[in-house]
Amino acid sequence: MAFMATFSYAKTVAFGQRAGMLAAVAGAALVFAGTGAFAAEPLPWQMGLQPPAGTIAEMADDLHNLLLVVITLISLFVLGLLVYVGVRFRASANPVPSKTSHNTVIEILWTVIPVVILVGIAVPSFRLLYYLDKTADTDMVIKITGNQWYWNYEYPDEGFAFDSYLVDEEDLQEGQIRLLSVDYPMVVPENTRIKLLITGNDVMHSFFVPSLAVQVYAFIGRTNEVWIDVPEGGKTYYGQCNQICGVNHAYMPIEVKALPADEYKVWVEAAREEFAMNETVPVIGEPETIVLASAE
Amino acid sequence: MSAHAHADHGAPTSFVRRWLYSTNHKDIGTMYLVFAILAAFIGGGLSIYMRMELMEPGVQYMADGHVWNVFTTAHGLIMVFFVVMPGLIGGFGNWFVPIMIGAPDMAFPRMNNISFWLLPPSFILLLLSAVMDGGAGVGWTIYPPLSSSSGTPGMSMDLAIFSLHLAGVSSILGAANFITTIFNMRTPGMTLHKMPLFVWAMLVTAFLLLLAVPVLAGAITMLLTDRNFGTTFFIPEGGGDPILFLHLFWFFGHPEVYIMILPAFGIVSHIISTFSKKPVFGYLGMAYAMVAIGFIGFIVWAHHMYTVGLSVDTRAYFTAATMVIAVPTGVKIFSWIATMWGGSITFRVPMLWAIGFIFLFTVGGVTGVVLSNAGLDVVLHNTYYVIAHFHYVLSLGAVFGLFAGFYYWFSKMTGYEYSEFLGKLHFWVTFVGVNLTFFPMHFLGLAGMPRRYIDYPDAFAGWNMVASIGSYIGALGAILFLVVIIEAFIAKRRAADNPYGEGATTLEWQVASPPPYHTFDELPKVK
Repeated sequence: MAFMATFSYAKTVAFGQRAGMLAAVAGAALVFAGTGAFAAEPLPWQMGLQPPAGTIAEMADDLHNLLLVVITLISLFVLGLLVYVGVRFRASANPVPSKTSHNTVIEILWTVIPVVILVGIAVPSFRLLYYLDKTADTDMVIKITGNQWYWNYEYPDEGFAFDSYLVDEEDLQEGQIRLLSVDYPMVVPENTRIKLLITGNDVMHSFFVPSLAVQVYAFIGRTNEVWIDVPEGGKTYYGQCNQICGVNHAYMPIEVKALPADEYKVWVEAAREEFAMNETVPVIGEPETIVLASAE
Repeated sequence: MSAHAHADHGAPTSFVRRWLYSTNHKDIGTMYLVFAILAAFIGGGLSIYMRMELMEPGVQYMADGHVWNVFTTAHGLIMVFFVVMPGLIGGFGNWFVPIMIGAPDMAFPRMNNISFWLLPPSFILLLLSAVMDGGAGVGWTIYPPLSSSSGTPGMSMDLAIFSLHLAGVSSILGAANFITTIFNMRTPGMTLHKMPLFVWAMLVTAFLLLLAVPVLAGAITMLLTDRNFGTTFFIPEGGGDPILFLHLFWFFGHPEVYIMILPAFGIVSHIISTFSKKPVFGYLGMAYAMVAIGFIGFIVWAHHMYTVGLSVDTRAYFTAATMVIAVPTGVKIFSWIATMWGGSITFRVPMLWAIGFIFLFTVGGVTGVVLSNAGLDVVLHNTYYVIAHFHYVLSLGAVFGLFAGFYYWFSKMTGYEYSEFLGKLHFWVTFVGVNLTFFPMHFLGLAGMPRRYIDYPDAFAGWNMVASIGSYIGALGAILFLVVIIEAFIAKRRAADNPYGEGATTLEWQVASPPPYHTFDELPKVK
């Protein structure tokens, strides 16, 4: 029963969040003030997934809701059988045990029926898996590097990069969330398919934003590729490092702020200024002519 | 049987000869069980302290995140290598495999001795690894680069590696011993297809150990040379690859979880049959389901690695293969229920643990089906959903199997009856405690709480509070367990050779409680 409660609760939350979104779009020109009301973040006593954002997350949410029904029914079925045999065949009710130890038909049934259920699960599962792997037609690229204990976001097309640290508890501003808010969030334009290139600089980290259904390990010497599509502007998505990485593993959160296209342009201009001196900015321009050593 | 009690078996009388030099499978089994209980109180104590820390947001009891990481590492490794494996395999396996197949002892009694005596030094090394040089805070999966010399300098990680080496040698020797014993020392008439299911479970488990543990040994040896001798097996700067370690680790690690649960399957089969007064339903299906689970267990390892950047076809294969495990597991669940169907069921303490096992293992199993989907795993991997899943199958599965076996065979091993009331109290307190601890973790995981965190966003506070309160109730259950044992030894109620009646058909119920030093004066005949 608890699982069913989870199911309806998650849906209610999702609906409430969408209603909140509409209000936000109608109401305000909030540019940098991401507040809790417009954010995808965990809520107290939450029992289900975070409201999905983007097509991958929606498909994952649908698959989970399907599976939740299936596994709840299976668990209740087994529980029901256990209670039934416990009552019906207790020693006082059934003093003489039967000697049955075989029944070919039922043994075939309880092998075949689970196979059929699993095939039924596999179809949407594979559809989701192959969908989330399609990184080909994306609109922009962000390179993300995990470090002990902060993230670095690089916008190669725009030519800047910046580090993103946790906001300490004593420095929290109004509307910021302890252990989730960062000083410089990763800003993305709405309704965009974004390719994320994820790598690491030291130990393993994992880039995990549950509401965007993105999680991939960040390794040194290896670049992983995933994609997200952020549907709505003015919303903030939170995540955290999800691979044990040392003493401050719990203190390198991820904040993804989605902006409408025009506000995103404003932010990019400002970011070019602000992060201009960053040492990781690649030199943009004509590639130098490379002279090979020769015998002449 | 009374002749046995008076026969001179030449049993050693001095403490040192009987225990330190022990070559007797029952004495070694007892030592394994005592060792597992001691280790359980250390490993479990660590988890209670972790739940205290997580009870409220913020950092209350621990110095920093590294201390937390050391605790998770020690808790995981202790529970796997020093509680569940020694308890189920070393303890019950040593005690009852020879008796059930009508063998006088294990095939290699002296090797059995060293299998056990490798464990205490291994355990000491592991405890040292948690305190020397700040401790190894790397998680039980010991992934490099965090476990490399760059991530964890100092000797703590090396001590943990040596600990695993010794525990691994102990396991491999034990596995060779079980395989040899089961294949060669069955009494006349005890064909493979007449073997009790616990023996089948131990046979499959022994093969898993023999094939899986050397892979771990290789991986951690390479890690050791990376750390100390300049090799770069797992270091990208030298052409190595951390993902190689993940593959090797999980090629061991996934069979390892079946190593922990298969013996519990065997124990539960016996208990369900005994207390339903019926033979096990679908015996051959039960035996070969375990063989199938053991086999498939070796070809699903990368479902622990869906988010490391494997190709999509690889993930699709591992999704499909992992789902297949649900089929033989389902056969076992339904066969246990069918065994009870039509039976005449008495709800003695072992039966409560066994029925609890069936339901809780089902809950852990179905969340495993959810996690098997590589596409969905991106929102669940490494969250508390995973913690909930594997504690339902291990902490509420394997550990319930341990308690079930302990109560089932307590009178056989000690000759005393425990208090039925205290045993039932222990069961219900533990049942409430562990469910209250682990069920809310599903919610935390779905909401996105990552594992191995010393502190969490305030929104997670509610369910964490519930889980912590549950763990305190579970701790009370553990104390009750000690009370049960102590009360039984004080009261000294003599146990019958077969206290369970017609349902208990295996050979251990044909001999005295406790069995004489050499169980059989002459080999029993099986028709």
